Amino acid sequence: MERSRFVEKMKDQLRSTYEIIKELTSTVRGKVGFSITLMFFFMATIGPIILPLNPMSFKLSDAYKPPSLEHPLGTDYFGRDVLRMIVAGSRDVILVGVLAAFITLGIGLVVGMTAGYVGGIVDSALMTMADIVLTIPGFPLLLVLASTVFKKAMDPFSLALVLSIAAWAGLSRSIRSQVLSLKEREFIEAAKCLGLSRLHIIFKEVLPNLAPYIVTILILQVTRAIYSEVALYTLGVAPYNTTNWGVMLNNAIQQSGAIYSTRRSNLLAPAFFIVLLQLGLITLAGGLDEVLNPRIRRK
Amino acid sequence: MRWIVKRTIKMVLTVYAVVTITFFLIRAMPVNPLQRALQEFIVQGMEEWQAKQMVAALYSQFDISKPIGEQYVLYISGLLRGDLGRSIYYLNVPVIEIIAQAIVWTVFLLSTSLTLSFLIGIGLGILMAYKRGSKFDSIMCGICTFFNAMPNYILAFFLLFYLAYGAGLFPSYGAYDIKLEPGFNWPFISSVLEHAVLPIVSMVITSFGGWALSMRGNTISVLGEDYVVAAEARGLPKRRIMLSYVGRNAILPLFTSFAISLGFIFGGSTLIETYFSYPGTGWYLVLSINRRDYTLMQGFFLIITLAVVISNFLADILYSKLDPRIKME
Repeated sequence: MERSRFVEKMKDQLRSTYEIIKELTSTVRGKVGFSITLMFFFMATIGPIILPLNPMSFKLSDAYKPPSLEHPLGTDYFGRDVLRMIVAGSRDVILVGVLAAFITLGIGLVVGMTAGYVGGIVDSALMTMADIVLTIPGFPLLLVLASTVFKKAMDPFSLALVLSIAAWAGLSRSIRSQVLSLKEREFIEAAKCLGLSRLHIIFKEVLPNLAPYIVTILILQVTRAIYSEVALYTLGVAPYNTTNWGVMLNNAIQQSGAIYSTRRSNLLAPAFFIVLLQLGLITLAGGLDEVLNPRIRRK
Repeated sequence: MRWIVKRTIKMVLTVYAVVTITFFLIRAMPVNPLQRALQEFIVQGMEEWQAKQMVAALYSQFDISKPIGEQYVLYISGLLRGDLGRSIYYLNVPVIEIIAQAIVWTVFLLSTSLTLSFLIGIGLGILMAYKRGSKFDSIMCGICTFFNAMPNYILAFFLLFYLAYGAGLFPSYGAYDIKLEPGFNWPFISSVLEHAVLPIVSMVITSFGGWALSMRGNTISVLGEDYVVAAEARGLPKRRIMLSYVGRNAILPLFTSFAISLGFIFGGSTLIETYFSYPGTGWYLVLSINRRDYTLMQGFFLIITLAVVISNFLADILYSKLDPRIKME
């Protein structure tokens, strides 16, 4: 009995996900965003299996080969295949971005919902904290944090944590205002009149209504995190040992990638993929917003 | 009146909190200024004992080696006397002098690009909203999304490499040609403008899209309001409806974002300034972080915080003046 109900529920879930994807891909914007994001998903998950990279395979005789069949995007200073480095880098870039987005959203939800729902002194204390963090200039703060935390190489989880420390404040402010406007709606009033518990109202009434908003916010947080992460790597402020697009850009700049035509792919490839990934995520967020948010849905 | 008093107390507390947080955060970074200076002297080819003597001689007047609590008290009491201290790296140059120099460049760069992208965005947004559904609208939406998705530092690389290094059309670093004497004369002004073009372009191109898209959204929702329909029914000229009915109301929410962005002008754009070696606050801040110039870093954090707090305050006042529906609480 329990089991079949669970199966039913899963089926429902799958069906509604399918419906959303179908509706999403019915617009040009949704189609573009969805397919770019899907491509990067595969690139980061199974890409490194199909096109493995041995970062230590230096072959100086192959340095700066122009694009060819064997190396579609050419090779770098150490004779490594640029396409393979892009694929290997995508895993790091996307992993950090997604982790940071989830951590930021987690903090944002806890702080924003508590502040908005509980109100009073708790609200003003939390929001004062958020305001203080918002006042400190973001990227310099990130630089200071990164050079404090990373005495050795940056690892994805700590990097994600550092990125979220600098990003949670703005998000909790906007989640708070969403909760405040939800609080005034009739169905929350009704739930209160029915004597439902606070936790019930938060998890069963407030959170589901925030869901469409949360999905788009999550994706936009990924783009934000990727922006700062790649910037940190490109500036080369903290030590690293991974293949990341930012590291590739940093190397390409150090070796004047744009001036010599044979080195151009070293600069163009990571730049192109960063822009493509950001574009894909932003269009996906816009498309999903249109599908999930009934107020702005087009007739 | 009560609101202003409450707000002022909050502003002071925020500034104090930021000063305290950054004070301890900065000192938590590995490698202190003395160790960094030692490293630099050794890299420059000094023997270790020489470098140590040099550091001892140069930095004896700084209280870096005192206990951190004492340093904090000294710093705060200095601030209360209006003294931001002296830079460690630039040996004794007052922090306030360096900041005053840097802030001029940053404010020039950032205010120009913010205003340009705001104006372009607003204009484009209204046009797109009026022609919504048309080919112009969808193409512009695509363009805005594309440039909005592009990180500004990536565009900065390309401009730097292709237009500055490659084609040699623009200078690649600095705020003006150092051979020129700063003053109010054409060679100097044109050199300043020349140096500012690429940084400004890379910021404007990557940010006008956001303004345009939100202006478009706002305008579309205002177009559905009753007072617009009523104005049309009264037969008012189209241009007048567009400017004083639709535009004015659609722009309101953006004004707050604009006013808040004004505060961040003083912080500069760390990445853009770094890539173009533009001597503004962002560039100095990164350098002082790398050099562990505690007092200079601290000074920049303080000034930027002050600017942000004050402009948020002005934004609130401005907003309640622009939109009488908002009450100050």
